[in-house]
Amino acid sequence: MLGAENAGHRELLADLKDRAQALVEKLEGGDIPGATELIRHINEMRDRSIYQEVGKLTRALHQAIVDFEIDTAKAAGAEAEKMSKMANAQERLDYVINLTEKAADKTMDMVEEGIPVAARLGETARELHQDWQRLIRREMNPEEFRQLYHRIDAFLASASEDSAGLSNNFNEILMAQDFQDLSGQVIRKVITLVQEVEVQLVNLMRMASQVEDITGIVRPIDRTAPRGPDISPEGPQIKPETRVDVVSGQDDVDELLSSLGF
Amino acid sequence: MDKNMKILIVDDFSTMRRIIKNLLRDLGFTNTAEADDGHTALPMLQNGNFDFLITDWNMPTMTGIDLLRAVRADAKLKSLPVLMVTAEAKRDQIIEAAQAGVNGYVVKPFTAAVLKEKIDKIFERVNASQ
Repeated sequence: MLGAENAGHRELLADLKDRAQALVEKLEGGDIPGATELIRHINEMRDRSIYQEVGKLTRALHQAIVDFEIDTAKAAGAEAEKMSKMANAQERLDYVINLTEKAADKTMDMVEEGIPVAARLGETARELHQDWQRLIRREMNPEEFRQLYHRIDAFLASASEDSAGLSNNFNEILMAQDFQDLSGQVIRKVITLVQEVEVQLVNLMRMASQVEDITGIVRPIDRTAPRGPDISPEGPQIKPETRVDVVSGQDDVDELLSSLGF
Repeated sequence: MDKNMKILIVDDFSTMRRIIKNLLRDLGFTNTAEADDGHTALPMLQNGNFDFLITDWNMPTMTGIDLLRAVRADAKLKSLPVLMVTAEAKRDQIIEAAQAGVNGYVVKPFTAAVLKEKIDKIFERVNASQ
C-alpha cells in the first residue's frame, strides 16, 4: 500500500513538472488565459489526491460501522438481539456499564443478605459452645441441661437451613459474574472499531502530509504549553509504571503527602 | 472517635458508594448519607450537620476537588475533615488536593485496611488539634 502510494506520489511529481514546464512556455509565449487554465489544473491536481483520500476514508468508516452492526445482528441469543438494536459504540459501552452495575448490585445484595446470617450462626455456636463447656465441667443443673438440649436441636435445624441459604447466595454471586463474558465481547467490538478508525486516520494524516510536502505548505508548530500543573481528571492509571507523573499505589501517595508535611 | 458521626459519601457510581458504605458499617459507622456529585453534595453538607466527608474526584457537574475547595471556602464547613477516595493518581493532583486542604487521600483500587487506617489517622489529628 505504501509502495502504491509512493508510486502515486512520483506520478504526481512527474505530472507537476510537465505542467510547470508547460506553464513557463505559455507565460513566455504570452498566453495568459492558457497559463491561468494550467494553474487551475495544478491546483486541482493537488486537491484531487487529498479529496480522494478523504473519500476513501469516509467509505471505509461507513463500511466499518455497517460491518459493526451486522456482526452483532448475526450473533445468537436474547442479549445479542438486544445488542443488535444498539446503533453505536457509545450505546454499547453504556450497555457494559449497566451490565457491570447490575452484577455489582446483585453481588452486594447477596453479600449483604449473607453477612447477618453468618454472624448469627457464629454467635449462636459460640453461646452453645460456652454452655457445652459448662456441661463438660459438670456445672449445669438438670433444668439448664434440658434447655441446652432444645437449643442444640433448634441450632442444628437452623444451621442446615442457613447454610443452604448461604450456598444459594454464593451461587447467585457466581452467576452474577456472567457480565464478564458479555461485556468482554462488546468491549472487543468497540476496540476493533476504534482501531479501524485509527488506521484510517493515520492514512489520512500521511496523505495530508504528502500533499503538504509536495505543495510546500509549512505549518507553524504549536508551542502553546498548558499553563501550570495539569490536574484534569484522567481516571484509573492502567500502566502507572510507564509514567513518572503518576503514583503507583497507596504507598507512593502516603510518601508524597508525608513529604508535604502530612 | 464517635461511631455515630454523620458521614457523607460522594461518588458518581452507586456501586462504589455502596462499597464504601459497607466498609464503613463494618468499621462501626452506620450514620451515612450519599450524594452522586459535588453539586448535590454541597447543599447537603450546608444543611446537614455532617462530621466527615468522603469524596471521589472525577464526577460530572462538580468534581471532588471543586467540592473540597467549596467546603474550605464555606465559613460553616471549612474545618470539616475530608477524605478523598479516587482513581486519580497524578502527583500534581495529589499536591493540588493537599494544597486545597484535603485531610487524607486514598487511591482506587483500595482495601478495607487502607480506608480504616486513613480514617483513624484523620481523627487522631482532628482530636489532637482540638
